[in-house]
Amino acid sequence: MPRFGTPEVLFMLSVGVLIVVVAFPMLLIFFNAFWVDSHFNVADVVKVLQRKETYQALLNSLILSGGVTVTGTIVGTFFAWLVTRTDLPFKKTMKLLFLVPFMLPAFIGALAWKMLLSPRAGYINRLFMDVLGFDGPIFDIYTYAGIILVETMYLFPFVFIQVSGALERMDPTLEESARISGADLFTITRKITIPLVLPSILSGALLIMLYSMAHFGTVAVLGVETGIYNIPVLIYEKIHQSAGSFDSIRTATVLATVLVLTAALIMWLQNRVLAKGKYQIIAGKSFRPTELKLRGLRVPMLILCIVYIGLTIVLPTATIFLVGGLKTYGLSFTLENLTWANYNHILFEWDLTRDSIWNSISLGLASALITMFAGVIISYVIVKMKVRGKGFLEFLGMLPFSVPGSVIALGVILAWSGKFGINIYITVWIILVAYIARYMAFSLKANSAALEQVHDSLVEAARASGASMAQALRDVVVPLVRPGMVAAFFLIFLPALRELTVSVLLYGPTTRTIGVAIYTLNEDGETVYSAALAGIALIIIVLGEVLIKRLVTSKNGA
Amino acid sequence: MASIEIKGISKQYAGRTILSDLSLELQDGECFTLLGPSGCGKTVLLRLIAGFEAPDSGSILIGGDVVADASSGQMLPPDKRSLGMVFQDYAVWPHMTVFDNVAYPLKLAGIGANELKSRAMRNIELVGLTNLDQRLPSQLSGGQQQRVALARALVSEPQILLLDEPLNNLDANLREEMRFEIKALQQKTGVTILYVTHDQEIALGIADRIAVMDEHGTLRQIGTPEEVYERPADDFVFRFLGIANFLPVRREADVLHIGNSSEQWTGLPPDKKGNILTAGFRPSDVVLSREGEGLPGTIRRASFLGAQFDYLIEIAGTLIRAALPSHECVARNLLFSEGDSCRINLATVQWFEGQIVAADKV
Repeated sequence: MPRFGTPEVLFMLSVGVLIVVVAFPMLLIFFNAFWVDSHFNVADVVKVLQRKETYQALLNSLILSGGVTVTGTIVGTFFAWLVTRTDLPFKKTMKLLFLVPFMLPAFIGALAWKMLLSPRAGYINRLFMDVLGFDGPIFDIYTYAGIILVETMYLFPFVFIQVSGALERMDPTLEESARISGADLFTITRKITIPLVLPSILSGALLIMLYSMAHFGTVAVLGVETGIYNIPVLIYEKIHQSAGSFDSIRTATVLATVLVLTAALIMWLQNRVLAKGKYQIIAGKSFRPTELKLRGLRVPMLILCIVYIGLTIVLPTATIFLVGGLKTYGLSFTLENLTWANYNHILFEWDLTRDSIWNSISLGLASALITMFAGVIISYVIVKMKVRGKGFLEFLGMLPFSVPGSVIALGVILAWSGKFGINIYITVWIILVAYIARYMAFSLKANSAALEQVHDSLVEAARASGASMAQALRDVVVPLVRPGMVAAFFLIFLPALRELTVSVLLYGPTTRTIGVAIYTLNEDGETVYSAALAGIALIIIVLGEVLIKRLVTSKNGA
Repeated sequence: MASIEIKGISKQYAGRTILSDLSLELQDGECFTLLGPSGCGKTVLLRLIAGFEAPDSGSILIGGDVVADASSGQMLPPDKRSLGMVFQDYAVWPHMTVFDNVAYPLKLAGIGANELKSRAMRNIELVGLTNLDQRLPSQLSGGQQQRVALARALVSEPQILLLDEPLNNLDANLREEMRFEIKALQQKTGVTILYVTHDQEIALGIADRIAVMDEHGTLRQIGTPEEVYERPADDFVFRFLGIANFLPVRREADVLHIGNSSEQWTGLPPDKKGNILTAGFRPSDVVLSREGEGLPGTIRRASFLGAQFDYLIEIAGTLIRAALPSHECVARNLLFSEGDSCRINLATVQWFEGQIVAADKV
């Protein structure tokens, strides 16, 4: 006889939250895409896909994400190998520096590169044309190659992290025994090292692809002049410029469906790669791997790293801050052209920018808190409870992980703009709902990992000691899961601060987020203010990251 | 203190029967060991008694009160059963100090601060962790964590103490020490102990009574350690309690032969009827000599293990193991090499009907 106790209530609650926030909006997208004139219609979907603009968007997405995946994987693998397996000087510092691009929002980087390498106004191009007498620009950033280059700079850490981790954790005796068996270094690399690291490389590459497919900012900033757009950009245009006409919404849902299917395919591939690559040997502790002596190449390699970091991190960041301080965009960077007035204006005088900072911080806090608590309850049901159908729950929770931001935003628009009795379109609430859906998977991951550490016997020991279930949860489970909850909070809060893809589809006159404000200012030609706000955003993000590192390490130390 | 009665318990997991119609009675104040191979369902039985699982059928009584009854659906939750439990992985709470771990059951019971402190400290002292009360579990060794778990299980003076392989992860010396300590604690406090293990040495050493369970969850024998060791009910029990040698013996026209050979059995006559028999004996039951009376054998392997010699001997096509004290081997000129022939006599023999295939690799 099934009893209806606490587990069932929690289960129903979890399923309810996930259905309302995640499943319902997603289903509406498919419904809108395939349900035409009150019947199921695939032929019409094909027709939409055959239109020139949709077809072009698909093609562009493929070219761009394909290109970024290849370059990002090569760059990431190379630097990962350099900092783990060679005697490169200052390896530890270099390793940390290579992770910095992860903190920087790609669209702010795109903004900086636009200022540096746009064919006419870009500072570097102008330097070559005006000062050094070149006939034309040395590099045009408004091209496929330009977009691929910029995205590579900010996405290569996906591969870098995976591969350097695998290389560090790989048992060096595996290579040493090959050496003893008579293999030379080249053979070992080819036959032992690369096959063992390959799953990590592939999995990182697929992450780059997944991210790039769904990425809005860089393409939107750099592609607008020459008409290069990918799927998320086209969805944005459809929703924003056609004021909700039926046809444009349908086109958007069809595009979203394609995006979801592609993402699902990539996730599926990634799972296969990871399942296959689960070698026990890359599981445990850190070893000290044998290092390749670079000899004469030591200094050139170090210079390469420094130049790379200088070009991808220092130069764009400096550009953002300097342009943000210019009296007018296009002036040269001399002291009399620079002023604090722009920063003063956007921070203290201008409602639009002040609102955006306030919106981003409050949205980040609210979504992080809500998602953290919802995540811990749902993870508890998934990890610890013996209820039927929790596989379904897990699926629902991880769904947004593979669903691109623009799809979530579109789903939320379909669900919450009045059709079903609730209209929160153009309010902050719709952005909040979308953020919760988007970041739920982060929270579930962090909390499940923490909960899996809490062995059942710890709870059972409390029960045997005379604790009720509620007391055992309060005294044993919650204290042990707290670090996971804190991690989840920051995993959500920081990305939410710089979010663009979702909020750009959902913002209203007073509900711009920081990302939206930077983007729209740039679109409106307010380049200086856009750069100044981007500078402020960078400061907030870096401060946030540092604060977390502090908090997390001091907690672990105790 | 309390007795435990288990009446006709059955339990299934995912369609697989773990326990079926099992009955068992533990007397008030005894140390009872449940011995069986891993995966035989002994932990499930423990969890049924603790209340972490509900039986599919049957009932469980603690101190005469029904705590679980499948037919009426009655089920007392674990926290109401007044028991102490030590888990295989200790389950010491990593975020609490030793003192907080041990004091937790008292805190739940609403014991006042002064009494709580003195009782917790008394139990910490009891398990030999004096001065470590403010440490976190991560600062303790495995053995010390084990003691914390034990102190925590004892602190509320439970009626019964359930121990699930608690000495498994300890090294040999500590295991022995803790075994004595658990026994001493039981005599001091008079608590009823149910100790679950697959280690026959611990089981024999600690128990007032032992139940041997096979891999299908069936109880093969219940008795004192001596009874179970000296008079095993069947070959499973015999095999489980130590290294077992099995020699096939056939009866032909009232003459006993070894295996299929014409070699005649020279030892004590069997106490079992039937024509196909098996003689079971321990390596230590083997008495060796160079010549004279006894079964003829050939040494196949000789290993010196310090205190004793271990010989692998072939008797008419069957391999058996013999363990002889080193000093005896030296004194009686019994230092054999591979290929030497010898004579075997047996001090005691357990007779089993039918043929038994020795599962242990010799």
